[in-house]
Amino acid sequence: MSDGKSILVDTSRCTGCRGCQVACKQWNDLPGTRTKQAGTYQNPPDFSCDTYKIVRFAEGKKEGSREPYWYFFADMCRHCMNPPCMSASDKDEIVQDEATGAIVYTKETKNIDFETARSSCPYDVPRQNPDSKVLSKCTMCIDRMRSGLKPACVLSCPTAMEFGEREAILKLAEERVAELKKIWPKAKAIDADEVRVIFIVTDDPKKYHTHAQA
Amino acid sequence: MTNHWIDLQHSDVILIQGSNAAENHPISFKWVMRAKEKGGKVIHVDPRFTRTSAKADVYAPIRSGTDIAFVGGMIKYIIENKKYFEEYLLNYTNAPFIVGEKFSFKDGLFSGYDPGNRKYDKSSWALEKDENGIPKRDDTLKHPRCVLNMLYQHYKRYDLDKVSAITGTPKEKLLEVYELFASTGVKDRAGTVMYALGQTQSTIGVQKIRSLCIMQLLLGNIGICGGGVNALRGEPNVQGSTDHAILYHYLPGYMPVPRAGKQTVEEYIKAATPASKDPRSANWYANTPKYVVSLLKSWFGDVATPENGFGYSWLPKCDDGQNCDVLHMIDDMYAGKIKGYFCIGQNPCGSLPNSNKVRAAMTKLDWMVHVNIFDNESASFWKGPGLDPKKVKTECFLLPATANLEKDGSQATSGRWMQWLHRAVDNPGDCLSTGAIVTRLMHKIQEMYKKEGGAMPDGLLNMRMDYLTPDGKEFDALKVARRINGEFERDVKIGDKEYKKGQPVPGFGLLQADGSTSCGNWLCSGSFSLDGKNLMDRRGKEDPTGLGLYPNWSYCWPMNRRIVYNRASVDLQGRPYNPKRALLQWRDGKWVGDVADGPWPPMGMEGGKLPFIMKPDGVASLFGPGLGDGPFPEHYEPLESPLKRNLMSKQHNSPIITIFKSDKDKVASADPRYPLVLTTYSATEHWCSGAITRWQSWLTEAMPQVYVEISEELAKERGFKNGEWVTVESARGRIDAVAMVTPRLRPLTVDGKATHLVGMTYNYGWLHPKDSGDTCNLLTTFVGDGNAGTPEYKACMVNINRKA
Repeated sequence: MSDGKSILVDTSRCTGCRGCQVACKQWNDLPGTRTKQAGTYQNPPDFSCDTYKIVRFAEGKKEGSREPYWYFFADMCRHCMNPPCMSASDKDEIVQDEATGAIVYTKETKNIDFETARSSCPYDVPRQNPDSKVLSKCTMCIDRMRSGLKPACVLSCPTAMEFGEREAILKLAEERVAELKKIWPKAKAIDADEVRVIFIVTDDPKKYHTHAQA
Repeated sequence: MTNHWIDLQHSDVILIQGSNAAENHPISFKWVMRAKEKGGKVIHVDPRFTRTSAKADVYAPIRSGTDIAFVGGMIKYIIENKKYFEEYLLNYTNAPFIVGEKFSFKDGLFSGYDPGNRKYDKSSWALEKDENGIPKRDDTLKHPRCVLNMLYQHYKRYDLDKVSAITGTPKEKLLEVYELFASTGVKDRAGTVMYALGQTQSTIGVQKIRSLCIMQLLLGNIGICGGGVNALRGEPNVQGSTDHAILYHYLPGYMPVPRAGKQTVEEYIKAATPASKDPRSANWYANTPKYVVSLLKSWFGDVATPENGFGYSWLPKCDDGQNCDVLHMIDDMYAGKIKGYFCIGQNPCGSLPNSNKVRAAMTKLDWMVHVNIFDNESASFWKGPGLDPKKVKTECFLLPATANLEKDGSQATSGRWMQWLHRAVDNPGDCLSTGAIVTRLMHKIQEMYKKEGGAMPDGLLNMRMDYLTPDGKEFDALKVARRINGEFERDVKIGDKEYKKGQPVPGFGLLQADGSTSCGNWLCSGSFSLDGKNLMDRRGKEDPTGLGLYPNWSYCWPMNRRIVYNRASVDLQGRPYNPKRALLQWRDGKWVGDVADGPWPPMGMEGGKLPFIMKPDGVASLFGPGLGDGPFPEHYEPLESPLKRNLMSKQHNSPIITIFKSDKDKVASADPRYPLVLTTYSATEHWCSGAITRWQSWLTEAMPQVYVEISEELAKERGFKNGEWVTVESARGRIDAVAMVTPRLRPLTVDGKATHLVGMTYNYGWLHPKDSGDTCNLLTTFVGDGNAGTPEYKACMVNINRKA
């Protein structure tokens, strides 16, 4: 078996256009939920059983400067190499796809304990459908991958996302981080050894999102 | 665009000014980010720190509407520090030409101003010519009235202190931008400008863009790979619709609209055709007669003959001096002068300024026909806020149209690439393409005219309208495209080659003024090959130059030239100034690379021509008498401004704009009741007035409701909390919105005083979703650019209070 697939989300290139957020809904046939404007571009405010991917917007002022920063974090399941959420699964409610490494929640997740699954996830990804009790999150577009297609979010992205064999993506991440470090010493690929969906950031991960890093 | 999207990757410095490219043209950033990865720098000059600023290397805040002051300072910097590309200036621009003695500039006005008519007599804005009628020049650039020195005289007034006081941009930021961008004034560096509605939507919009052109010419950045002045068009086919004359003041291919003072085709052609006595000037517009006659032939076919002036007299004509732009149209509508209105693919009640006036104007109509893919605030204006449908006399029709994916046709990108698209899905229900609606309507009108007669019948009855498919149902877009390209109207021999009647004309160089060719738009001539192949349908990925020109992908007007004025990228011997990005070079007696701007050899060789072939003098105009408000751009304040006086001159506003005077046109400039500058825009997630995107739940989920972006400082001053509802008010209207308190906006110091700037989108409307709010255009001023009429959406004055 190869090392499976990986996705690189390079936040230094991301423009926060939210093409990925919409593409995810489109491919997975998820409804647009009713939201309110709460004084931020970020909407929906968080993951839900109808939302597997959201761009988180974080803004502030650079240290010792009037200059603002605005970070975009196209949050999604990291598809861990050793996923803690699977500890909530007794049988095959949660499966790890052999070919790609994608972590997929089946309909049978209605039988497992949601709180265990959610609290085990260092990235706070799992959500539950309040009616069916089925757990939900990004599938890495396993249906697309099996047909030789890129995940919908990657396909829609004009600037920041790459998809491919894990070895190739890891190499790409390493090279990019080395390049970025010349300008941003804090640049890093978050938890690259532990996850398949690797985020590159140029600043403290916490500034992007509370659960950006494990 | 002078260049094209993919070419952005070749820039060493990208100046994004008057555009929020990352949000409004997301795909452009694929190429912007690529430029950055090659070491390129991105500058963003904008009133707000946006998703574009977040990716920029340098962000400079600016007060909305003051770009000429900003760029004027840059021009001064470039000249004073000799950062210009001298060889380019001498050979390819009118920098060494001598301005006539009668020209002057004083107190904000150029010579020849007539305050009564608010117009200039431009006769004094002239260059001195020698006894042969060729402009005089001083190649030492020492003559005090040579264009370069006149340019410097004009812009030396734009010193850092003054520019900073007007724009609110800190001085050190100005210098940082000037230094970085001026670094491209050398052979082996390229700087590009990306601009959009942040430049155009202003009473001085056209001149703002001209100031950017002057800057780019000084630096030798026009006609080169990675350079240019690039207009990012607002939707997939804005370029196409402008090429095909969606605006009132010109005919397809940018030829002037016929006016009552030109009653014959000869008079019209004479006025529209420039002359040059310089043998080195190609003066391409000398070909205008061929384009005019071929256009008339495309409309009227066989009945257009030399004897009847090819049917020119049948065309409707504007009165001399008549302005029919969208603001004048609404103003006339409001005054009850317009009875009926076809509104196709537009939502003026949301997208035109001063919505209260627009909405009131609609109630004065007898009828309105609206064509759109969804209902919107204009189609249903009669049941809008504050209106009693029983009291609205206007009879309204809503015709369902097909969306772009439901029909064949071409879309022209900002880079002038005409791409043929094939219908992806069938029309839903009774929807028809606008082409089918218009053609079927014309057939009905022609039928009624034949039966009943009517006013001005000739033009109507002679108009070729054979544009439906054989079953009479659909619009035959391919047939129309072919007619736009042009066809031989009879067998003809040109040179030693023979062409058959009905064959496509394979390029505008073969169009004729004798009626033997037809062509619906000379720019597009060449989009079909002689054997009938639709070149817009090409999808070849070959890249022979390695510069991403992709000559076999679609068709690019003119003549598949991917970068216009490309002969300015080479020296007098045809050698590329920048061999690393060799767009064009003269090799073995011919041009290699992009399609050269004309076949002539390099300028330094016998028979060589000047590179700016569309200008009568063959060179680019630093001094340009073409516009109505001056040969050099000058800063004037927006109609509504926080300043009592223009810091540059006694002339406060543009001297040539129309000031509308209806009871709805209230203006409150430098008025303490409205102390906040408002700028308006569109977000990534919605499209224009939201008439299409607000029906899309994934998009309304992402951007659900109207909001006003305000700085933390203003919020603190007024006690607003993030996320609370506030009321924004101008002299013309008011609107409730959610306060979005953000560090991305900050007060600017303008004329020594802290000035707050706030921002809103025009993405929302009362119709749908019900809780989304309404358009920011309830607030904006009803005034337009002096040359183009584009409304000044980008700057007006408002106040904000907690929602009562």
